[in-house]
Amino acid sequence: MDTDKFIQLTLDGLTLGSVYALIALGYTLVYGVLKLLNFAHGDVFMVGSYIGFGVLQALGGPADPAVPVWAVLVLITLAAMAGCAMLGVVIERFAYRPLRDAPRIAPLISALGVSFFLAYSMQLLFGAQQRDYNTFALGGGDLYFKGFHIGGVRVPLIRDIIIVSAFVLMLVLWFLVNKTRTGKAMRATSFDREAAAMMGIDIDRVIVFTFILGSALAGAAGVLFAIRVPTQVSIGFVSGLKGFTAAVIGGIGSVPGAMAGGLILGFAESYTAGYWPGSAGTRWTDLVIFSILIVFMVFRPQGLFGRADIKKV
Amino acid sequence: MSDTTPQLPPGPDAPVTSPAIGRDEWVARHLDRRLPPRLGILHERLQNVPWFAWLVLFVAAASLLPAITSSGYVRRVGFDTVLYMLLALGLNVVVGWGGLLDLGYVAFYGVGAYSYALLDSPHYDIHMWSILSIPLVVLIGAIVGLLVGLPSRRLSGDYLAIVTLFFLQLFQTVATNGDQMFGHNVTGGANGLLNVDPLDIFGHDIAVQHEGVFAVAYYFIALGVFAVVFVALRFVNESRTGRAWRSQREDPLAAEVMGMPVNWLKLTAFAFGAAVAALSGSLFAALNASVFPLTFYFVLLITVYTMVILGGQGSQAGVVLGAIIISVLLELLREPSHARDLFYVLLGAGLLLTFKLSRRLAIVAAATVAFGFAAHAIADAIDHSWVAGTAGAWASGWVIVPERLASWVAPVSYVALIAAALGLTLVRGLLRTVLLVPVLYLATFVWENVMLAKPEPTRYIVLGVILVALMIVRPNGLLGEKRVEVV
Repeated sequence: MDTDKFIQLTLDGLTLGSVYALIALGYTLVYGVLKLLNFAHGDVFMVGSYIGFGVLQALGGPADPAVPVWAVLVLITLAAMAGCAMLGVVIERFAYRPLRDAPRIAPLISALGVSFFLAYSMQLLFGAQQRDYNTFALGGGDLYFKGFHIGGVRVPLIRDIIIVSAFVLMLVLWFLVNKTRTGKAMRATSFDREAAAMMGIDIDRVIVFTFILGSALAGAAGVLFAIRVPTQVSIGFVSGLKGFTAAVIGGIGSVPGAMAGGLILGFAESYTAGYWPGSAGTRWTDLVIFSILIVFMVFRPQGLFGRADIKKV
Repeated sequence: MSDTTPQLPPGPDAPVTSPAIGRDEWVARHLDRRLPPRLGILHERLQNVPWFAWLVLFVAAASLLPAITSSGYVRRVGFDTVLYMLLALGLNVVVGWGGLLDLGYVAFYGVGAYSYALLDSPHYDIHMWSILSIPLVVLIGAIVGLLVGLPSRRLSGDYLAIVTLFFLQLFQTVATNGDQMFGHNVTGGANGLLNVDPLDIFGHDIAVQHEGVFAVAYYFIALGVFAVVFVALRFVNESRTGRAWRSQREDPLAAEVMGMPVNWLKLTAFAFGAAVAALSGSLFAALNASVFPLTFYFVLLITVYTMVILGGQGSQAGVVLGAIIISVLLELLREPSHARDLFYVLLGAGLLLTFKLSRRLAIVAAATVAFGFAAHAIADAIDHSWVAGTAGAWASGWVIVPERLASWVAPVSYVALIAAALGLTLVRGLLRTVLLVPVLYLATFVWENVMLAKPEPTRYIVLGVILVALMIVRPNGLLGEKRVEVV
């Protein structure tokens, strides 16, 4: 019984953590090349979940989709990724690029403004109420009834889909960053922007590419999040904050760090919910995560995988 | 890079005789090459009025507000504005002088409000005299500020930003769930704390309502607190500590080499801001007689940030001005009929500022009006229901307001407006002027049809746009000094 609870909580943590990791990757990629905390990222994630919802409705709704179930899932994810990538490029072009040489605090404040603008634009156009994908109706509940067992715990298909797609996306990202020419340019830019520019790397292109990657991941994360839990405008802020914390814990700027940080946060949240004395665990997850963040800030500010920031004069 | 010339602030006392070491001569003499201001001698005289004279004038003018109007609503808005002014002054210490991005600022406001509420309410049946509880609340705010700043003391602004932002979230969680904190009801949870005592003078309560109308006393108390805080912070800024704050903001490394305790300076700036926020929080709690968790969240944070950025970080007069403008703006946007007029006024003012009094202004204005009538006539000819809605009185024959808005119109027109406005920033010259006309009309259409119907999101969208646009066009705000990055 107790191992079953543990397995169940681990699964919860893995599901949640893989979504956080995808969000954290967006923060970390952008921070790597621009040294900018992109506060608007959480809201891009939220917009992604709404795009997925819209496309799902356009395909005929969950109860009676025009295409097979797997195609529905692929299509909404791809649409959200494409939409968010475009959004990311627009945000970069109009809100961050003019401020690239401004004092550090300027793009941060601009990012806050963009975040606010996105959140309330969505509220203006689509209202503040929850949007439920209602994936239960998709394929007659197959996503929830099918699946396999670990011990006495049933793992529904929908969790497999979330976890597997998140890890596939992370693998693709790892490949793009480490094995392609553009990835190499990204790493060079992240290491030293000026030196990279002098070596003939088109910095603007690299930055745009980074925003495309990060925002597409956020879009995918939005759909993967919202196929299980209803989405609403306000999740942008909270999920963004969690993803951001995950990136910092893992070592901001580090790709494996973001994945690790996301999983740590996911586990912290699910174990707190499950093992907190009494039944009020879900109320105090923020407290536990904040404590983890503070512990990292004090003892290992560069995060798990981050480089210690040594300032040369 | 922007193509404007970097502008050094003029030396406070000595006119620039010869450029200091490390200054570019051409840049340093920039001011000499400027044309004299249009108002000439008057402008110069105004600049020489000392700050305290302005302050006295301002407070005197502000105290006249209750004499002008007996409306409880206006007085209430006045009180809220003074509270915003206080909040902006506090944030200015952290952001403007300390150069720290404190995203948990309104949590300290909340800490202050909740502390006051716990010290003066039937919740624990403590009813402390205000003269004791308010200093205590300020102290609590400062200590909490120090504690939050402490873990990020070695770190750059980015890490401070994340810790403080998460602190804001944590405050929210604790306040919302604090009704079951280890079996005790500490914060009242989502229902908040009710029946908080009003302010008192040695035990004699000052009623919030006087004969059913908002009591003027609170307005004057807030104004008094504002004046005291303004002067106190002014003195701090002109002291050793204030100079040290600004120098570590400009270059922490150089400051450290000069022997300044940079981390301690950051912490004190942080704590000062938190203390001012807590002080405002206690006034807030006393006036509203209740506190709720959701008051102290992201929305308020962005509002106060917009005030500070709009007014100009680092300038006290600036942030006060910013607070007044934003507070009044938000209040006007609440009411659709006001919001409608405001839009046309701002549109006109914006055009006037862009084109000055030129022929182009006349052409653009005339073209927009003509465009509107043409579009309206065409829409009317196709289908009368397209224009059958009720628009503002004098814009009714001009802007298209359909009887019923099809559900796709709102998102499409809104997104089209954003795309068009962004696209407009990419083109130059004549093309921009020509394209401006339809974009203006589209903006009016969206405002009348989409945004007026939902004042709540509209208010905050406006704030977001102001923040982004200001950072790009005028990062120093209305009255702030232009920061020159010396490389």
